[in-house]
Amino acid sequence: MSAAGGVPGSGHEVPGGTWRGISFEDRMSTVEFRVGERAHITVDSDVCRSCTTKACVTACPANLFAPTSEGGILFNYEECFECGTCYMVCNHEGAITWTYPDGGLGVVFHHG
Amino acid sequence: MGKADVVPTPGVSSDTPAFDAVVVGAGPAGSATALALARAGRSVVLVERGPFPGSKNVYGGVVYGRVLDEVVPGWWNEVPVERWVVRRSTMMMTGTQSLAVDYRSAAWGEAPYNGMTTVRSRFDNWLATKAVEAGAQLVTSTVATGLLRDGHGRIVGVRTDRDQGELRANVVVACDGVNSLLAKEAGLMAPAEASHHTLGVKEVLDLPGHVIDERFGLRRDEGVDIEMLGCTRGIPGGGFLYTNSDTVSLGVVLSLPHLAEAKVRPEELIADLKNHPSVAPYLRGATLREYAAHLIPEGGYDTMPTMVTDGMLVAGDAAAMTLAAGLWLEGVNFAIGSGLAAGRAVDRAIAAGDCSAKGLASYRSDLEGQFVLADHKRFRKAPALVLSERIQQRYPGLICDLVDGMFTVTNPVPKPGGVRLTRSVAAKHGVKLRQLAADTVRALRVFG
Repeated sequence: MSAAGGVPGSGHEVPGGTWRGISFEDRMSTVEFRVGERAHITVDSDVCRSCTTKACVTACPANLFAPTSEGGILFNYEECFECGTCYMVCNHEGAITWTYPDGGLGVVFHHG
Repeated sequence: MGKADVVPTPGVSSDTPAFDAVVVGAGPAGSATALALARAGRSVVLVERGPFPGSKNVYGGVVYGRVLDEVVPGWWNEVPVERWVVRRSTMMMTGTQSLAVDYRSAAWGEAPYNGMTTVRSRFDNWLATKAVEAGAQLVTSTVATGLLRDGHGRIVGVRTDRDQGELRANVVVACDGVNSLLAKEAGLMAPAEASHHTLGVKEVLDLPGHVIDERFGLRRDEGVDIEMLGCTRGIPGGGFLYTNSDTVSLGVVLSLPHLAEAKVRPEELIADLKNHPSVAPYLRGATLREYAAHLIPEGGYDTMPTMVTDGMLVAGDAAAMTLAAGLWLEGVNFAIGSGLAAGRAVDRAIAAGDCSAKGLASYRSDLEGQFVLADHKRFRKAPALVLSERIQQRYPGLICDLVDGMFTVTNPVPKPGGVRLTRSVAAKHGVKLRQLAADTVRALRVFG
């Protein structure tokens, strides 16, 4: 199926600069995050440099993993769904250290 | 709901269990466990890492309430329901076609009902409140960070992220979800097995209730459940659409290793689905209320962890209880069923003074004797079949083209016979007739 464009009249036309009706920023702004000071997930970018797949970059539903120009990974924990996709698809031991945010913090779903 | 701010102080000495049981996770499994134990007169603390029960949880979804009949008689009069599912549709699609098998039942719209759509922040809270009313102590905003063990290595409680937050108990019941860090720490579950998991991504879309009624042919409180196959660009998985009161839940479920390999972003697949000619008219004008994602343990019976060890049981998603057997997609009912069984097993073990794996073993036999493991065992080969290449990538298009060939009028060319049509459509989709026959037999075996 083509990824381009929206269906006219569907309410999901593509306005300029956004991806099929809603920007990723707007998408994530619908989710409540109570951000803690501690990063509950850490990424060892040195390990990532030897990774050829970097599956986390596309698979993470919150789009928190960004490849750097040096071949590593830049990671931001703040808008994390705590789903576990990243460490499950990661095939490099030690690259991702995954825990939960502290009690009461992190994602809060209201319509889950 | 009362929100406890302080972790209860442990008993007189730090070696004495303060509770009969500590239950980790106030989802359906944990709250059912705590409810069963509290009703049996056992002291139980229910630890939830979110600010309220359900705040970390996401499902499609539908809750099938039969499992609640004995626990909360007349539950349908008080449960926070969105809509009662009276239409169940299974849709096979390509990018431009769809064939739906649509079942509707008036009986499903009347007590005692079959399935309901609900929102987890409300449903999970409701079930946790039942446990609290029965005497369980709910502690929210608290993470169980690890297991406590005695000198012999036996599990005797959990550490939490509260000050002096050790909780000692005769038994720990791990209902801590699909990533169960406790089951992994106890060595009962593999650290990361992507092939046993799918990723569910969901959009909850605002749409006025009367518009939902009109578009889906529903009366107030009636709901629809649409399951879709062939809408995920060949990534094993499927799509779903559920109607809530004033929102629609729409999303896709994707095999994790295949998603990773495909290098497609999950929200692109949701957008595909929203733009599909069979789906888009339902959603015209709908706006995004909340985006969500969660992992689902879809591997089935053969991928379940060891469920019992000395001083600990595992229930719900932590024990991979989600039934993903193609036509049947259930989870909350299995979580509740396993939680109730866990509560019964812990009660028996404490009564017998033996909380070792042997003393807790009745949990597994209880589950085998009822739907929780019987259904899983019956459909143990279903996840592999449902996610197989031909089912996922060839049959939806093949079936749509077969129907297209039957109903597209080609005058003046005469209609093709059924055999010739099937042969040519199968060939177009790279499927041999003997493969079709073999898969039919396999499906009958798997689901029979």
